[in-house]
Amino acid sequence: MQAKGRVFKYGDNVDTDVIIPARYLNSSDPAELATHCMEDIDKEFVHKVNKGDIIVADKNFGCGSSREHAPIAIKAAGVSCVIAETFARIFYRNAINIGLPIIECPEASKGIEDGDEVEVDFDTGMIYNRTKGTEFKGQAFPEFMQKIIQAGGLVNYINSKN
Amino acid sequence: MGMTMTQKILAAHAGLDHVEAGQLIEADLDLVLGNDITSPVAIHEMDKMTVKSVFDKDKIALVMDHFIPNKDIKSAEHCKCVREFACRHDITNYFDVGEMGIEHALLPEKGLTVAGDVIIGADSHTCTYGALGAFSTGVGSTDMAAGMATGKAWFKVPGAIKFNIVGKPKKWVSGKDVILHIIGMIGVDGALYKSMEFVGEGIKNLTMDDRFTIANMAIEAGGKNGIFPVDELTEAYMKEHSKRPYKVYEADEDAVYDAEYTIDLSTLEPTVAFPHLPENTRTISEIKEDIAVDQSVIGSCTNGRIDDLRIAAEVMKGRKVHKGVRCIVIPATQAVYLQAMEEGLLKIFIEAGAVVSTPTCGPCLGGYMGILAAGERCISTTNRNFVGRMGHVDSEVYLASPAVAAASAVTGKISAPEELGL
Repeated sequence: MQAKGRVFKYGDNVDTDVIIPARYLNSSDPAELATHCMEDIDKEFVHKVNKGDIIVADKNFGCGSSREHAPIAIKAAGVSCVIAETFARIFYRNAINIGLPIIECPEASKGIEDGDEVEVDFDTGMIYNRTKGTEFKGQAFPEFMQKIIQAGGLVNYINSKN
Repeated sequence: MGMTMTQKILAAHAGLDHVEAGQLIEADLDLVLGNDITSPVAIHEMDKMTVKSVFDKDKIALVMDHFIPNKDIKSAEHCKCVREFACRHDITNYFDVGEMGIEHALLPEKGLTVAGDVIIGADSHTCTYGALGAFSTGVGSTDMAAGMATGKAWFKVPGAIKFNIVGKPKKWVSGKDVILHIIGMIGVDGALYKSMEFVGEGIKNLTMDDRFTIANMAIEAGGKNGIFPVDELTEAYMKEHSKRPYKVYEADEDAVYDAEYTIDLSTLEPTVAFPHLPENTRTISEIKEDIAVDQSVIGSCTNGRIDDLRIAAEVMKGRKVHKGVRCIVIPATQAVYLQAMEEGLLKIFIEAGAVVSTPTCGPCLGGYMGILAAGERCISTTNRNFVGRMGHVDSEVYLASPAVAAASAVTGKISAPEELGL
């Protein structure tokens, strides 16, 4: 499995309120949520994002509320992968559970800039910055999480066990 | 190698004698919680599962609290979806208008959470129940769906940070100041993936409501959970509110902690978190400039309990809300509301010029009941001050205790109760 796209770069502590503000949480429709994705941190995001693009951020991405609407909005906006130095733990779980690929990699977070073209190989955990010609090794998922991802999310994983 | 209190509870619920930090386990759940925002997504996910029934209709709690009473048509549709699910599965603990309260104040009050439990909730402040000596943590809607269907959840056993609480707090210093002080010290990711284990002789000087407030905001330091040992106060609370048996777990003496801090309550001051992160804290005496406020919110799962309202009323009694300030008081549950009425607290608030709302999360997450316009500033007893949290992206939220929020409502600027001669 691979991802390839242009990077939207953000800083530390991108919280779920800016990823999808609560004023839109009266909806749970992924397509509708996607139209407001990142609205309070980057109004241009939804106008610029193309299918396959990648979000790269620094520390503690997805902190705050447990709203699954946050990874849902990012995935529905077309983002293929989120790379960060670290993720807030509920966001991390939610992303895996809904099948949004995420990778922790402090080096990539530092070595990738806004607008860079990046490729990610999920099988090897390798991240390639095609713009700068650099590469980084991301943290591989534990086997247990790989099973959930391979099943296409937690619901499918549970269905496959029953 | 010994285990922390959190690790012991998780081991027992995974059927294991021993667990270590980093280990992946599957644990049995005592309670699965959802609210009107997160449950519809969970219900939708559950519909995709081959398992069509819930694991135990008595061990699921569905609390309509965020946009309730329904703020608009879409919210009404969400609640209807949850209401119909609760009816279809005969969910025992479904709480709607009339019975509802803010979930993390309501569940302990209803006796649904006790020491030794493992609880997941599709709300990040589910960590509140650690005040009772339970392991409880926030998850997303898909985890909630899986929990409702199977009664189990996977966890990575967390490492721990130990907070040794000593001393006695000064007047007007409460649980909110303790947790804001800690978050200011370790940062919003200071406890990332870890449990925050509160221990020490100073805990006896913290009321149950103080402990709920502290455990509630463990997530604001990135923590997986916050947990307190069970003492006489905890047992008295559980006996008053719950018929469920509880189990007391204690950390081993040789438990391993990644870091240890000592918090001397006697040295703490009222503390305020400035925009736009809970870690941007300053003690009240460090604030030299006048910071005028447009609104003061006293409520939420963090600070909407009876102790909080008593403190706010003590500050506001016989005083008036400053001209130009909107003061919104939100009792967290119907029981708190009723008690506040019987104790005369509501009269004090209303005579001061504050409004008193039905229980709701409302303004805390910028839902309704006190949304801020561009350029407006709010002092609030809630838990987050992110960009746009309470309304416009150009508004500001300052987090503080009920004492400071009440005093600020009266003076019109961020103030300690001492400024009112208290």
